[in-house]
Amino acid sequence: MEHLFSSHDAQGQIPLTVHELAEAARWLRISAMTMTHHAGIGHTGGDLSAADILATLYLGGVLRARPNDPSWPERDRFIMSKGHCSGIFYSTLAARGFFPADTLKTYMDSMSKLNGHPDRNKVAGVEANTGPLGHGLPIAVGAALASRMAHMSWRVYVLTGDGELQEGSNWEAAMTAQHYGLDNLVVIVDRNRIQQGDFTESTIRMDPMTDKWRAFGFHTLEVDGHNHGDLLAAFAEAESTKDRPTCIVANTVKGKGVSFAENSPAWHHGVPTSEQLRAAAAELGVEVPWLA
Amino acid sequence: MVGVTREAETNSNQTVTRRLEPELFDCRDTFSRTMEEMAGKNPKICAVVNDSVSSTKLKNFRSKFPDRFVNVGIAEQNMVGVGCGLANGGMQPYVAGASCFLTARAMEQIKVDLGYSNSNVKLCGMSSGMAYGELGPTHHSVEDVAWMRIIPNLAVVVPADPIETRAVLLYSEQHVGPMFLRISRLPVPRVLDEDYQFELGKAVQLREGTDVTLITNGVLVSRALEASDQLAAQGIHARVLNMSSIKPLDIEAILKAARETSRIVTAEEGFAAGGLGGAVAEVLALNHPVPMRILGLPDQFAPTGSAEFLLEHFGLTASGMCTAAKQLLRNEKIRDE
Repeated sequence: MEHLFSSHDAQGQIPLTVHELAEAARWLRISAMTMTHHAGIGHTGGDLSAADILATLYLGGVLRARPNDPSWPERDRFIMSKGHCSGIFYSTLAARGFFPADTLKTYMDSMSKLNGHPDRNKVAGVEANTGPLGHGLPIAVGAALASRMAHMSWRVYVLTGDGELQEGSNWEAAMTAQHYGLDNLVVIVDRNRIQQGDFTESTIRMDPMTDKWRAFGFHTLEVDGHNHGDLLAAFAEAESTKDRPTCIVANTVKGKGVSFAENSPAWHHGVPTSEQLRAAAAELGVEVPWLA
Repeated sequence: MVGVTREAETNSNQTVTRRLEPELFDCRDTFSRTMEEMAGKNPKICAVVNDSVSSTKLKNFRSKFPDRFVNVGIAEQNMVGVGCGLANGGMQPYVAGASCFLTARAMEQIKVDLGYSNSNVKLCGMSSGMAYGELGPTHHSVEDVAWMRIIPNLAVVVPADPIETRAVLLYSEQHVGPMFLRISRLPVPRVLDEDYQFELGKAVQLREGTDVTLITNGVLVSRALEASDQLAAQGIHARVLNMSSIKPLDIEAILKAARETSRIVTAEEGFAAGGLGGAVAEVLALNHPVPMRILGLPDQFAPTGSAEFLLEHFGLTASGMCTAAKQLLRNEKIRDE
C-alpha cells in the first residue's frame, strides 16, 4: 500500500486519483485499527467514519502542506477537533509524510509521542491539542482571522464530530465565523449519527443538522462522506464561496468499511481482537500492516 | 503615618524607597495606552474581547487598529480558542475580559488551548479581585490566581501599579508563551520608579526590614508599604516584597526573607487558599518553615459592599497587615516566656 504514499514528493504536489484515494483510505482504516489493537484502547468507530474525509484532505491535494517543513507559515491549517480519533489522524499524517509510518507502532506506548489525543508540540503536522470536545472550531476561527490579519491566503479546515456539536463553544465560534465573513474557513461535520453512549438522535437530537449551520450564516453542503469525488467537489465549492464560511455536513457511517463495526454504538471505542483485525483486513482487501 | 517612608537600611540594589504620592491611577488606562503603543510598532499585536470594549478600555485600540481587534461577543470559551488560533497563525493576541468570566468560564480552554498547547497568547484578566465589589460574588475574581497558577507553562503576573502594568505588558510582548496578567481597576498610587523594568520570576524588594516580611502584590502593595511605615513607627522593621510574578515564583527571595526576617505575612486580594499565600507556604514548608500568616478571603463568599469596604472587612489593609505582623512577634514572645 505504501506505493501510494511515495507517489507524491516531499512538497506533496502530486495528489492521488479518486481511485487511489479509495485504496489509501482502506490502508488508513486498517492502520488505525491495528494501532488501536496494539494500544488496547482507541476509537475505532470514529476513526473509520473519518477515514475518507482525511484521505481526501491530505492525499487528494486539498491541503497545502509541506511535510518536511510542518510549520511553513503559509500552510493551510487542518484542526482535528475530534481529537479522540487520533488513530486515523496519525495514520493520515504518516501517509502524507509528516513522520515515518514506523512511529505508528508506538501508539499510546509509555513515553510515545503519539498520545491518545494529539499534541502539537510532539507530533509534526498537528495544529492544535484537541481531545476535550468543542475546542477545534474556535481555534480554527482564530487561525482564519490570523490569515486575514497577516494578509495571507491560507485556508483553515476543521473536522468535528456530530455529537461534539452538543458543546456550546462550537456555536459561539460559528457566530464569530459568520460575523467576520470567514470564507477561508471550512467546517466538516463527520455526521456518523453515533456518540459514545448511543445514537445522537436518541441522546440529544442534532437534526436538522444542515439547517442549523445555514441558520448560523454558513454556506452549507451535504455530501456522502465516503465518496472522495463528492468530497473533492465540496472542498472546491467551499473555496469558491465568498464572504461566508462553509459547512460540509459529511454523512458517514460509524465503523465504515468493517461490517461488524458499522453503525454500532458499541464500536465507538471498541478495540478489535487479533481475529477481528484479520477479518477487517480481509474485508478491506488489505494486509494488516504490522502486528504488535 | 500613612504615606511616610523611611530610608532603606541596606544597600540592596533591589530596594526602592519612595514616598507614596496622593495621586491614584486606574491601571486599565495604562493597559489600553500601552496596548496601542505596542500595536503601533508591532503589526502582530491584536486584541480579542468578549463585548468588553468599555471595561477593557480598548475603544481607542479598536478605532486605531480595527483590523486587529476581534470582538467575539459574550463568549469566553470561544474567545480563548480564537486567541489560540490567532497565535497559531503567527499573531500575538491579547485576550482581554473581566477576569471573573475569562478565567472561570474558559478554564478548560486556558488549560488545553493555552497551557498544554504552550500557545503564545496573553490573557488579560481585567477588573480582578473584588473591584466589582457591590455587584457581588458572581463578579468577584478572587479564585483566578489559584486557578491559573496550577496550569503548566502559564506565567501568572499581578502588577502593582501603572508603572508595573506597562512594564509587564512590554515584557509580555517579548515573552513567547502563554501569560495571565491580572489587571485591576481599583485606583492605586505609584509604588515603583519610572525606570522600573519587569523581570518574570523576580520579586521586587520595596522596603528593607529584619523583623518580618510582608509579601503581597497588586492593589495591596501600597497598603503593605503603609503597613511597613506604621510598623517602623513602633520600632518593627518590616521588609516589603512585591511578588507580582506568582509563576514563576522568586523562591530565592522568599527563602532569603525567611532566613533574614524569620516571619512572613502574605496578603492578597483573593481567597487565602491556593493563591499567593499558598505558593509562598509551599516554598517555606518544604525548605525553611517559619511562622506565617496568610491574609486573604476565608472560605466564604463576600458580603455586599464596595471594594474598599470589602478589603477592610477582610483585613486586607495596612492595619490588617500590621496586626498580623505583630501577632507573629507577640506569639513568639509568649512562646519564649
